[in-house]
Amino acid sequence: MSLVELHAIHKSFGELQVLKGINLSIDEGQVIALIGKSGSGKSTLLRTINGLEVIDDGAIIVDGKKISDRDADLLGLRLQVGMVFQQFNLFPHYTALENVMLSPQVVKKQSKADARKVAEEMLIKVGLADKMMHYPDQLSGGQQQRVAIARALAMKPKVLLCDEVTSALDPELVNEVLAVVRQLAEEGMTLVMVTHEMRFAREVCDKLVFMHQGRIHETGDPEEVFASPKTPELSSFVGGLA
Amino acid sequence: MAYKFDFGAIVPHWELLLDGVILTTELTVIGAVVGVGLGIMGAWARASRTPVISQIVGVYVELIRNTPFLIQLFFIFFGLPALGVKLTELQAAVLAMIVNLGAYSTEIVRAGIQAVPHGQIEAAQSLAMSRLQIFRYVIILPALQKIWPALSSQIVIVMLGSSVCSQIAAEELTFGANYIQALNFRAFEVYFIVTGIYLVMSILLRMVLKVLGNYLFERRRHV
Repeated sequence: MSLVELHAIHKSFGELQVLKGINLSIDEGQVIALIGKSGSGKSTLLRTINGLEVIDDGAIIVDGKKISDRDADLLGLRLQVGMVFQQFNLFPHYTALENVMLSPQVVKKQSKADARKVAEEMLIKVGLADKMMHYPDQLSGGQQQRVAIARALAMKPKVLLCDEVTSALDPELVNEVLAVVRQLAEEGMTLVMVTHEMRFAREVCDKLVFMHQGRIHETGDPEEVFASPKTPELSSFVGGLA
Repeated sequence: MAYKFDFGAIVPHWELLLDGVILTTELTVIGAVVGVGLGIMGAWARASRTPVISQIVGVYVELIRNTPFLIQLFFIFFGLPALGVKLTELQAAVLAMIVNLGAYSTEIVRAGIQAVPHGQIEAAQSLAMSRLQIFRYVIILPALQKIWPALSSQIVIVMLGSSVCSQIAAEELTFGANYIQALNFRAFEVYFIVTGIYLVMSILLRMVLKVLGNYLFERRRHV
């Protein structure tokens, strides 16, 4: 049984159908890249997995349990599915350490000492041992994004969603973030990422999902998919990047 | 015949003015604390997913913002007894100030909440925080920080507005001035002095609020 299963997911914004029946299963330890043109629905799909977008039709099943859109279910879902955003979204009034400690303390009711221990561990893991007491506006974009990753990891999620985590970064800061993501993948973390870093996707991911006009257009092993795209759309998408 | 100024005529009544200052301060402190608290709750309710709650608060805000403070005060003091709610002058004055500031600060705080980037709220949601936890830990402090100058101004306006409470014989500063003026007909002198007192009180209040703001929003590491 897969960790997360998406069945026939439909989602519209007003008249616009963004997701038109998505089926996707995410196995434990799998690293999946969602690629496609902007407007293809890949970010929306990612956001449905932790309930930031409520689906119109279909089913999300996590660990065998179907998720409804009731608050209790959503909170339970989000305990298992963490997320990192393009814009970092750190809380500006807390230090890096406090950003990471906040949710374990208030949501998981961990003691301050326990939360701090985990937070320090995570910040060390992402290479920010010396920046724990800094505020977000005292950190570079790459550092902020690594704090955001540490913050998500401190909740010990089973799956981590990454929504274009390097797209807002200056080119020279991209690698420090990708290195952390790569490390997580190597450690066996289940990852689903929307990315434009094709080379990274090719190297790190187990499965590539190419989205086109709200549907999964092509999927498979990254090496194969990149080497011999079966559809003209993927062919032109990959070709356009090369 | 020129008017002879005699500020000395006010001196025997200094205790009345002092009592007025004290009462005005008390009304302002209670009104500000409870009123801003009401405003924070109002702003939270305005963002409620239950339309009825949001609409009720909306009606309250518009009702208060589009009617004169004096009428609100009269309604509470002279009108409510018809419904069996009989309040003393001071109770009516403080209630009117709370209700008034509550409405204005609801809108001010709401603006601050809307200025918090939506991405931060989504990040908090993704960390499995509940709506109340998000409001308390992620939204309210940055929101208040953004609107603190506007909120401070509104509190000063409410303090100055408290002078209207003299009309129901709440014995605040303006009441004291009116009383002295009725005794010795030294209208120029007494209102001149009271103007100065209000001016000083406003400046002091602004300073206090600024210091309070600095304290509240100071970067204070919690760990």
